[in-house]
Amino acid sequence: MKFSRRDDSKPENMKVSVQSMNKGNGAVPAPRRLQHSFRRNIKERIIESILFLSALFSVFITFAIVYMLISESMVFFEHVSLREFLTDTQWTPLFDDAHYGILPLISGTVVSSAVALIVALPLGTIIAIYLSEFAPFSVREIAKPFLELLGGIPTVVYGYFALLFVTPLLQSIFPGLPGFSLLSAGLVMGIMIIPYVSSMTEDAMRSVPMHLREGSYATGATRFQTAVKVVVPASLSGIAAAYILGISRAVGETMVVAIAAGMQPNLTWNPAEPAATITTYIVQVSLGDLPHGSLGYQTIFAAGLTLLLITLIFNILGHLLRKYYREVY
Amino acid sequence: MNHEKHLTELRVMIARHRRWDRLFLVTGIIALMIAMLVFFALLIGMIIDGMPRLTSDFFTSFPSRRPEAAGILSAWVGTTLVMLVTAIAAVPLGISAGVYLEEYAPKNLLTEIIEINVTNLAGVPSIIYGLLALGLFVYQLGLGQSILAAGLTLALLILPVVIVATREAIRSIPVSIREGAYALGATKWQTVSDHILPYSSAGILTGVIIGLARAIGETAPIITIGALTFIAFLPASPVQGDFPFLSFEWLMAPFTVMPIQMFNWVSRPEEAFQLNAAAAGLVLVVMTLVMNGLAIYLRYNLRKKIKW
Repeated sequence: MKFSRRDDSKPENMKVSVQSMNKGNGAVPAPRRLQHSFRRNIKERIIESILFLSALFSVFITFAIVYMLISESMVFFEHVSLREFLTDTQWTPLFDDAHYGILPLISGTVVSSAVALIVALPLGTIIAIYLSEFAPFSVREIAKPFLELLGGIPTVVYGYFALLFVTPLLQSIFPGLPGFSLLSAGLVMGIMIIPYVSSMTEDAMRSVPMHLREGSYATGATRFQTAVKVVVPASLSGIAAAYILGISRAVGETMVVAIAAGMQPNLTWNPAEPAATITTYIVQVSLGDLPHGSLGYQTIFAAGLTLLLITLIFNILGHLLRKYYREVY
Repeated sequence: MNHEKHLTELRVMIARHRRWDRLFLVTGIIALMIAMLVFFALLIGMIIDGMPRLTSDFFTSFPSRRPEAAGILSAWVGTTLVMLVTAIAAVPLGISAGVYLEEYAPKNLLTEIIEINVTNLAGVPSIIYGLLALGLFVYQLGLGQSILAAGLTLALLILPVVIVATREAIRSIPVSIREGAYALGATKWQTVSDHILPYSSAGILTGVIIGLARAIGETAPIITIGALTFIAFLPASPVQGDFPFLSFEWLMAPFTVMPIQMFNWVSRPEEAFQLNAAAAGLVLVVMTLVMNGLAIYLRYNLRKKIKW
């Protein structure tokens, strides 16, 4: 395909080139053109299928998790009745006198999470309200990335901090505190969760439209009144979601408790005692070498299934809260 | 008379509300300070304990029973190799899934299921991924406690992060770009590969870095697959001197990673080992801080530079 009249003025030239292109295309026999677009369609289809399969892969992961936990737990529940699992007050699967009561692990999980949440929810919320309603732009620009960095620190490092820094500090205040305790693990876990709670809460509060705040200020309200009476109620669904995320983080947290709370199953509601959580039990078993397929090996899947169910309940709760308390502006 | 009484009452009320306002301002600053204080206490405590151990020998020695001779050579080599596997597995998969959900997915039940599923996966505790990997990779697929198994486990873990980052980056590209491409006769894939992906690459990169920073510090899933904690040798080198020059033997090698090495040292009673733990923790924190800092910097620059 050549331009026949190069010396012409520009618009003219373009017109010619379009014409000659048309001519060129017209010269191609129809079947080949169809073939070309057929090949093009096939390629598009193949690519789309590959992309679809990648997206579907995430569903496959979920199924694999559920299948793996349930299939191994089924074998476990053939040996141990569900009733014993839920009501026995001792968890000693690796002893000669084996007991399989999940309660001690659940009490450890609940106590350590409760301590963490008592720290994380109020502090996270206060920081979020401060950053969203009070802080000047420059403070927010520094504080937000800083909190993000705080959230990025590996949990094993927080565990080290809890065991070798916070526990001695607490022991100097409460002399009777043992070297491993749910209290110090929970406190550090709480600090660790603050960034998650504060950043999600702040996002929710900042999405409240400005005119609601302006209306509040126009009636003479202070920033604090506006925050508490207008912005927080308007962003309640987002705040609830942030809290739920914080809770499921605390429940599933492993390394801080494994390092700082000891790994002895202990049915207690006292945070000053050492105890194991569901997650630390899994870690403890994995550190030793249990033969594949033994009952001890299956206990960690039963414990994992319990943990997954607990977090699933919170996730569903969060989903429902978001759905029912969603404010439409 | 009555008027003035009302006025004073009003003034008292206003003053009271102002006091509350200031009180909360101070509370907010204190709360933020507590978070900052903890961060610096953690960092400074670790620097004081760990800094004296951070010599070049520490990076070039294997772990040892003698704390003063122990180092993190096998740990950082292991971390690097595991991250390599994680990135190779998670990045293409996550980006393709993100592109599909944002550009291709029809609005139907299946799409909604996939979307809810990705959100839920992000909330699953990491140790559950470890159990999945233990059953699936280690035993059913027979990969054993290898670098490949660990890398794939962490890849599953960060997949939701990469997917969400990709979707957010793509969503910020205006529709007019796509319409422009379609108007010139581009197919969907041409639009995606020539326009959508290049324009969202910085945003996607930010997400990938954040995901990898999270994977570097993950300990629980690696412990769950039963990774050994005492490794005094390196996996076979991927580059070989003779034909075919590339070897994949390292994929199946046993390994240790930084957080596992640190956990191992923390759980020993001897104080000398805990100094090693502080040093290893310092290296780990610097790694994650650098990666997260890079991601924050990228995002900040992105926000400033791009104007559609």
